[in-house]
Amino acid sequence: MTELLLHIIVPVAIFGFIAVFTLFAVYAERKIAGFVQDRLGPMETGKYGLLQTIADILKLLQKELITPKAADSILFAAAPIVIFGAVFLGFSVIPWAPDFLPANTNTGLFFIMAIVSIDAIGILMAGWGSNNKYSLLGAIRAIAQMISYEIPVGLSLIAAVMITQTLNLNDIAFNQGILTNEPIYFLGLWDVSQVGGFLAWNIFQAPHLIVVYVIFFIASLAECNRAPFDIPEAESELIGGFHTEYGGIRFAFIFLAEYAMMFLVAMLGVVIFLGGWNTPLPNIGSLRLAEWTTGLFWGIFWTLSKSLFIVGVQMWIRWTLPRFRADQLMTLCWKIMIPLAFICMGISAIWRILVMI
Amino acid sequence: MIFKTTIQGFTTAVKGLLLTVKHLFGARKSREELDIRRENYFDKQDGVVTVQFPKDRMPIPEVARYQLDVEIDDCIVCDLCAKACPVDCITIESVKSPEAIGKTSDGSVKRLYAAQFDIDMAKCMYCGLCTVVCPTECITMTNQYDRSTTKLTDLIYDFAVMSDEEIAQRKAEWTRFQADKEAAKIK
Repeated sequence: MTELLLHIIVPVAIFGFIAVFTLFAVYAERKIAGFVQDRLGPMETGKYGLLQTIADILKLLQKELITPKAADSILFAAAPIVIFGAVFLGFSVIPWAPDFLPANTNTGLFFIMAIVSIDAIGILMAGWGSNNKYSLLGAIRAIAQMISYEIPVGLSLIAAVMITQTLNLNDIAFNQGILTNEPIYFLGLWDVSQVGGFLAWNIFQAPHLIVVYVIFFIASLAECNRAPFDIPEAESELIGGFHTEYGGIRFAFIFLAEYAMMFLVAMLGVVIFLGGWNTPLPNIGSLRLAEWTTGLFWGIFWTLSKSLFIVGVQMWIRWTLPRFRADQLMTLCWKIMIPLAFICMGISAIWRILVMI
Repeated sequence: MIFKTTIQGFTTAVKGLLLTVKHLFGARKSREELDIRRENYFDKQDGVVTVQFPKDRMPIPEVARYQLDVEIDDCIVCDLCAKACPVDCITIESVKSPEAIGKTSDGSVKRLYAAQFDIDMAKCMYCGLCTVVCPTECITMTNQYDRSTTKLTDLIYDFAVMSDEEIAQRKAEWTRFQADKEAAKIK
């Protein structure tokens, strides 16, 4: 019985988190956009516009569900559920704190890669089901981009997995801090198993993983269709993209999925490269900072703060860099990031054989 | 080639990111001086530029380039402004007077009554040519710009002060004067 309850509570809690995160991420996005452009952002609804996104979601919830006459009504209605479901399921294997994760599976990373790819099908369903040429074009562009960028994401994750030797995200996080079962070497030289902190993170265990993380980060931006890779949506140039025909709560779900995806890829990058729930503070002599700041609540705190920081960087990049042209997008993917990811994969293999033994 | 463009792209991206983050944290303060007439105006322009309009307003000169105003007592109804107007938004109708009506504040003699003096602010393009040609400087631009209305005709400003009876009376006076003159000529 308690197990059944747990199976209900956990998804509801994660959904609640995603909803609250989305509300405040949209607000943060608009505020950051404003500040970067020397504006103020939303100011009218509530103190400093704090209630703006709540007003927005209330508006969306009240709206009528409109299905275009020529649309494929089943695909049209199912697409937002598929899109959101794919991203939502991705959260099921990501650890928040030591041994604190919805499902501790040995194939966690593989599961995420597989389930997030379903997102692409949902987008195609939305574009095709709308029966609108602009929606379909937007969907096709989104799919082309997402499938291309799945390759650098996959390769960069393989490069990291070669170092970690496990697909279990819980174990990957464990092996980056003081709770590790295996010896950890900072840059392959200095045993930091008892020191922990940022020195034990994967990007510092093998320095080429910094490059890998940059590749992963850029490719994950494209995966979640965010600027500077947002040609499928390009709200300043095109009409909506694949969600042109959507309104009301269906649009809200697509939007929710977009922001959930942002947080998911940020969290995945944090778990695999930036130490997951491990504290960035190392033990220094008798100052046992790492031990003091490790635990269930500290774990959740570090996961959240690191992921939110990465989400902040995503927003920062969005409001800085101009949009890529479609051919530049493909050039970046196929000619730069994939070869670089392959080289890093080779370095990972050599590192594993020669340094970590 | 590809290495060069990649590295260049990366460095320029970092440069841009540093610039925007500077603005992000620079947004903690807003610009201090809103009045362009102040001497050190351009030194105090860092930070947020937004002026939250209905609550704060930018100080502007009394004769800024906004809506027109006519001091009808100073108007000699010369029609120059209506002729100068590129969009023909000024409509003037005059009634002649047998003798001088009076003097404007700068001493010009008024010989015409302004039966109609309408300016259609919806048509006006705020070029200010009418204010340049006005010999008595009775038509000026003001600092009033915040005028919105649901009826387009509300934007036609009527500056004439004469009532219909007065106009009819003045017209009658002029026709009588003309008739008298004709009669005098015939004699």
